[in-house]
Amino acid sequence: MRDQQCDYVLKTATERGVRMVRLWFTDVLGNLKSFAISQNELENALSDGMTFDGSSIDGFSRVQESDVLAIPDPDTFQILPWGDKSSTEARVFCDIHHLDGSPFDGDPRQVLRRQVQSLRTDGLSFYIAPDIEFFYFAPPKPGERPEPLDFGGYFDLTTRDATGDLRKQTIRTLEQLGIPVEYSFHEDSPSQQEIDLRHDDALIMADAVMTFRLVVREVAAQHGVYATFMPKPLEGVQGSGMHTHMSLFRGDENAFHDPDDPYNLSPLAKSFMAGLLRHAAEITAITNPTVNSYKRLVPGFEAPVHVSWARNNRSGLIRVPIPKRGNPNATRLEYRSPDPSCNPYLTFAMILAAGMRGVREGYELPGEADANLFELDDRELNRLGIGQLPQSLSDSLRVMEESELAREALGEHIFEWFLRNKRREWREYKTHVSQFEIDRYLGSL
Amino acid sequence: MTDADTGMLVVFGDPVSAELARTLDLSGYAWRGAATWDVAVAEQPATGWSGAIIDLSSDADAAWAFLRSLRKGDADPVRTLVLVPGGHLDALELRDDLFDDFCLTPFHPSELTARLRHLLIASAVVASRTDLVIYGDLALNLETYQASISDRPLDLTYMEYELLKFLAQSPGKVFTREMLLSRVWGYEYYGGARTVDVHVRRLRAKLGEEHADLIQTVRSVGYRFGQSRWGV
Repeated sequence: MRDQQCDYVLKTATERGVRMVRLWFTDVLGNLKSFAISQNELENALSDGMTFDGSSIDGFSRVQESDVLAIPDPDTFQILPWGDKSSTEARVFCDIHHLDGSPFDGDPRQVLRRQVQSLRTDGLSFYIAPDIEFFYFAPPKPGERPEPLDFGGYFDLTTRDATGDLRKQTIRTLEQLGIPVEYSFHEDSPSQQEIDLRHDDALIMADAVMTFRLVVREVAAQHGVYATFMPKPLEGVQGSGMHTHMSLFRGDENAFHDPDDPYNLSPLAKSFMAGLLRHAAEITAITNPTVNSYKRLVPGFEAPVHVSWARNNRSGLIRVPIPKRGNPNATRLEYRSPDPSCNPYLTFAMILAAGMRGVREGYELPGEADANLFELDDRELNRLGIGQLPQSLSDSLRVMEESELAREALGEHIFEWFLRNKRREWREYKTHVSQFEIDRYLGSL
Repeated sequence: MTDADTGMLVVFGDPVSAELARTLDLSGYAWRGAATWDVAVAEQPATGWSGAIIDLSSDADAAWAFLRSLRKGDADPVRTLVLVPGGHLDALELRDDLFDDFCLTPFHPSELTARLRHLLIASAVVASRTDLVIYGDLALNLETYQASISDRPLDLTYMEYELLKFLAQSPGKVFTREMLLSRVWGYEYYGGARTVDVHVRRLRAKLGEEHADLIQTVRSVGYRFGQSRWGV
């Protein structure tokens, strides 16, 4: 199969007059990285990979050797629908290997690949559909607050939705790149957008999220504005999440579905959900990796705070959406904590690892929490056995550090590097004196 | 209907019955009679025959030989309709592979033209050159692996291309997902039939809104490649 795919890629590159091929990969923090090769080098790259110095890539540095190998995944070869028409460019996602050919343990794509492959021993595939939120702002002025482009609200379709054209062009570009969009609309906050992608295999979806973030920024830049996936750019309004819908399929059967269960959930779905709930705190540093992420996870803004599940309770961490027309393929779980600043490879890998831990060890699912949890006090929450998500980056790093699950799923290298890097971020934040403190304390103390 | 729509039909019969000739002429089909295979080869238009009508009523053995020649060695066989006398239906037994449809004689002209129209829509893939698959605005060059829709290049991944190629080569035909999985991906592929669905979605996205329904979902069966609602 790989031979035919490589053949196809080489022929396409020649036929379409591709001048440059961008080799894409992702660093541990979730930033898209790229270096370009000419078309002449493509055949060589496909067969042997391209060597590069990984030591300055976040999370790639190693003590002994700095050179690593980028091996293109030919099924991800895609002509880019923007840029100079006279010099066509293409991209291809790469897996990173050591020079001896073994998988490089600092490569997030391989972390997800590992998880997805271990699922195969159970005969299962992992499907994901993320709802990605983001903001458009006018070009930033140093030292000033971000300035929204409009003051539209949820589902608004009026001239106040100045961002509609941007969204339309973004969707067209995404579809040209083979990323089907299910819904898109103006979200609740000023200038906030949501684009929901159609479900796909987890690894392909993680690639798609990386492409998505680039496309959104690219289209915004073409219009002289900028887009941000920062989880909480504006105080007092909703932040941006990346609600993640998921299901496990066995062949073409939804393994989460059971027509005879009152929730339509199979025992597998329930123990998967139990796993996700029990390990939620341990994976929060990965799903919500910035200082700013935790300013979104607060009561009052439709973001989850409590570790609970329910069918129709948007204050919970996991929602079990009711499928349209009872379609068994649509039975799924929606994990609501991730935000779009995360590394999608690591996020999907950790969600899968946590869920499958529940399946393999037969965890018992706690009861549905259908009350509005924000109205319950701590005593009542305790009685119901409902805990909270970590309150800050520091909290979640502390929980992650103790997590044997996170260490195993991420691998020693990424686990250690991530903790080190994020603790430094927290230390820098801790020494910062904010406007809040100045306003509140300067005069009164 | 014009010649450009249906191309040139070849009609086997020696001679072609007056009733058949009149029906074809009145419905606007361009056709040529051929008494032997050699004549059919010699007279074949540059773009190939778009369809064949074989009358079994005069010399049945010669007619079957003609059909076998039509089927031989061609990657994209010409779609064929046989005319079979009412009392001789058993002549078709065990020869299903040699024709695509049949009509009893004496035929009713409106039945024959309805069957022809159906037959030719199903073969709207015109193999003008063997390495070109064309359906309406969609063109696939099998030599260069390039696909285009309304002259806009489609940038497909390998598996998307293979799936589109497979579907476009059999328009009108319904395939189950299992069938597509085994024919396009090969049996050893891991992902299961769900893989077919996500590839179809990606293909539809790339085809764009106005052409997305070139690939139609046949509820609880599978997929069919066929006429887009904007016409072909």
